[in-house]
Amino acid sequence: MKSLEELAKIREEAIKKVDIRREREGTRIVVGMATCGIAAGARPVLMALLEEVKVRNLKDVLVNQTGCIGVCRLEPIVEVYKPGEEKVTYVNMTPEKAKEMVAQHIVNGKVIDPYTIGAIE
Amino acid sequence: MSKHILMKENFEKLDQFIVMQKDKKGALIPVLNEAQKIFGCVPIEVQKKISEGLNISLAEIYGVVTFYAQFSLVPKGEYTIGVCLGTACYVKGSQKILDRIKKEINVEVGKTSPDGKYTLEATRCIGACGLAPVITINEDVYGRLVEGDVPEILKKYE
Amino acid sequence: MEIFRSHVLICGGTGCTSSGSQTLIETFHKELEKNDLTNEVKVVKTGCFGLCEAGPIVIVYPEGAFYSHVKIEDVKRITEEHLLKGRIVKELLFKEAIEEDKIRSINEVDFYKKQKRVALKNCGVINPEEIKEYIAFDGYKALGKALTEMTREEVIDEVKKSGLRGRGGGGFPTGLKWEFTYKAKGDQKYVVCNADEGDPGAFMDRSVLEGDPHAVIEAMVIAGYAIGANQGYIYVRAEYPIAVHRLEIAINQAREYGLLGKNIFDKGFDFDLEIRLGAGAFVCGEETALLNSIEGKRGMPRPRPPFPANKGLWGKPTMLNNVETYANITKIILNGSDWFAGMGTEKSKGTKVFALGGKINNTGLVEIPMGTTLREVIYEIGGGIPNGRAFKAVQTGGPSGGCITADHLDTPIDYDNLIALGSMMGSGGMIVMDEDNCMVDIARFFLDFTVDESCGKCPPCRIGTKRMLEILNKITSGNGEMKDLDRLEKLAKNIKASALCGLGQTAPNPVLSTLRYFRHEYEAHVTEKRCPAGVCKELLAYTIDSELCKKCGICAGKCPTSCIDGVKGKEVYKIDTEKCIKCGACMEACPFNAIDKK
Repeated sequence: MKSLEELAKIREEAIKKVDIRREREGTRIVVGMATCGIAAGARPVLMALLEEVKVRNLKDVLVNQTGCIGVCRLEPIVEVYKPGEEKVTYVNMTPEKAKEMVAQHIVNGKVIDPYTIGAIE
Repeated sequence: MSKHILMKENFEKLDQFIVMQKDKKGALIPVLNEAQKIFGCVPIEVQKKISEGLNISLAEIYGVVTFYAQFSLVPKGEYTIGVCLGTACYVKGSQKILDRIKKEINVEVGKTSPDGKYTLEATRCIGACGLAPVITINEDVYGRLVEGDVPEILKKYE
Repeated sequence: MEIFRSHVLICGGTGCTSSGSQTLIETFHKELEKNDLTNEVKVVKTGCFGLCEAGPIVIVYPEGAFYSHVKIEDVKRITEEHLLKGRIVKELLFKEAIEEDKIRSINEVDFYKKQKRVALKNCGVINPEEIKEYIAFDGYKALGKALTEMTREEVIDEVKKSGLRGRGGGGFPTGLKWEFTYKAKGDQKYVVCNADEGDPGAFMDRSVLEGDPHAVIEAMVIAGYAIGANQGYIYVRAEYPIAVHRLEIAINQAREYGLLGKNIFDKGFDFDLEIRLGAGAFVCGEETALLNSIEGKRGMPRPRPPFPANKGLWGKPTMLNNVETYANITKIILNGSDWFAGMGTEKSKGTKVFALGGKINNTGLVEIPMGTTLREVIYEIGGGIPNGRAFKAVQTGGPSGGCITADHLDTPIDYDNLIALGSMMGSGGMIVMDEDNCMVDIARFFLDFTVDESCGKCPPCRIGTKRMLEILNKITSGNGEMKDLDRLEKLAKNIKASALCGLGQTAPNPVLSTLRYFRHEYEAHVTEKRCPAGVCKELLAYTIDSELCKKCGICAGKCPTSCIDGVKGKEVYKIDTEKCIKCGACMEACPFNAIDKK
């Protein structure tokens, strides 16, 4: 170890792997992962979300899975909770849509209305 | 009884370790720890060897061996049963557990059964106070015991 | 890049390992593989979470879901329900992690809520065998700061200003110790870590070494820089194999990263560490005895002065601190002395780790700000006394300490308050006792320990404690006289005044303290030949309550001396107290609780 910069670099790398254990307040993206969700293809959606969040280095965004959200015919379902905002529910998601959603909604703050449950129902 | 442990290869292992440690300051206790591991005890024959290897008088080595609880002069039994008598275990009744084990295997504390099967020890706190009262049998740990559990556990080590 | 969306933390401390956490880890790996989750979920073996009572403990992040008493059978459910489908398995959570059906994360549980984790900050959060995780949680940042931005004097000053006092027992101001060793003249100096945690019932040092070994290593390097030493020794009990193993790994990793060795942070400062194993002698926790032991001698204390700061290891200036003390150092350097001094009481700053044990619901390790009351620790964090029994006393300071009664439960805990109550902080063992514990027996227990562990160098301790034990044995076996109580007291005071080392001087404390608060129990043993708590065997008499006896005869069948008489189904049974050997077999066997001991 030769300098503070060298240490900081190692720390930056290492933090990415343990970040999940820190306490935080931020956006939560939740994927419905009950049997029906998994059958409808929720796993690839979840993985796409994780990857996108990682690639964009979004620090305050937590991707998580949850149980049955209740509208099985619209699975895969993704819910977005932003602090101080209404919950947004996206339905019939695909990995591609998920990535788009991260770019538009999470980063730019624009809800993609056509994908939401309101547009379908 | 100690004959079969004083094998040539054990002494060779010890020699190798002594050579490695020789020039370090305060090498005696690390060497004794290793000897205890290799032979299972540190009888006088082993002490003599260490005395030659480290150039420390036998009297001094004997003094150190007998001071520390980790070193024993005679081999221990096949199963060493340690009953924790740390405070947390004691207030939760480890004395009763110890008494029961004594009765079951008929060995006094600090002694080994004549057949070389069990050594019974009252150990100091092993730090598993959350599981008090605790006993250890070789590497196995049994916790949250009541007296009545003892025969069942001992059955596994017959 | 690996993307893990969930981390499963499994406690690998001694407590949880003893209750099978290693097998849990293996089972989790198998189940994850079965469900094709190995690329999404990471299993991490951590150090102690502190709540040993609930072990084995499994924490799932990001939710912080707190599973307790996890069994092998449960792994499948946690994997399939929680990790795959995201449904927390409520019935497997720690009992307090659910409130009105709302799930509370680990940090919201009462046991943790009141705590302030400084020394234990990383325990149960990081994988102790992975230096990168330590670095991720700001590890080695303090060392970098000290070496590149602070002078040696500034480091010592910061420690002094923090008000940190030795966490191993005596409570000597740490900064002063550093300063003395810094000022001592000598071409060679040493830094030593006292990890010979010997107080029965205290295991915080073990937990730090097992859960966060780098914190100790980093602090020792900082200490080496401050006082001008380039060699350190960690003296650790051989009875702590897991701690030794993790320390070895950590030292090797630190060397690999150039955090130990030559020219650390390119500042021309060299420092290296070596582990020395204790060999099972309680007295080696005393600093001068420990030095003798490192030198390869019998671990007997040396007279002080000269103090180790001037004449320590091999006659060179040596600075000894205990594990918990070191674990505070890095945080003080990073956050500043004001931050540290902002916690605690006037003369006791910061936090202290206590090992809660004995008759208490949540046994385990707790770290609290100094000044927290005993009541808060025992009832709010510890969850009170199990089985509806009444609190009698809490013992602190191990064989050097004493008992504190219910009257003093609202005392804020700090070094000076505990001493005023006739006890001491010690290394932080806190053993709770209820009405079923006999205080005379407890005093006898501690004396038995001291007699066994006395090194034999000075007569007051070698002979005096033995005499005290004999008197206590006389009392607990029903042969005591009132004169014995005075004898005990006198002897105790003499030993305190004349023993060579700290251990001898404090050995009589358990007796003095129980005599002070529980004299009536001693008197019951002596005058009435009765043990009020029903512990001292020779004073017990077993009797059968004729109202409760259902005449089943089970007790008579169990009695090894055939001293129970009666007629099955017709006549209540009676114990012949002359022949009874007080083994208690009948009491254990009676299905109706009709047998009493008094």
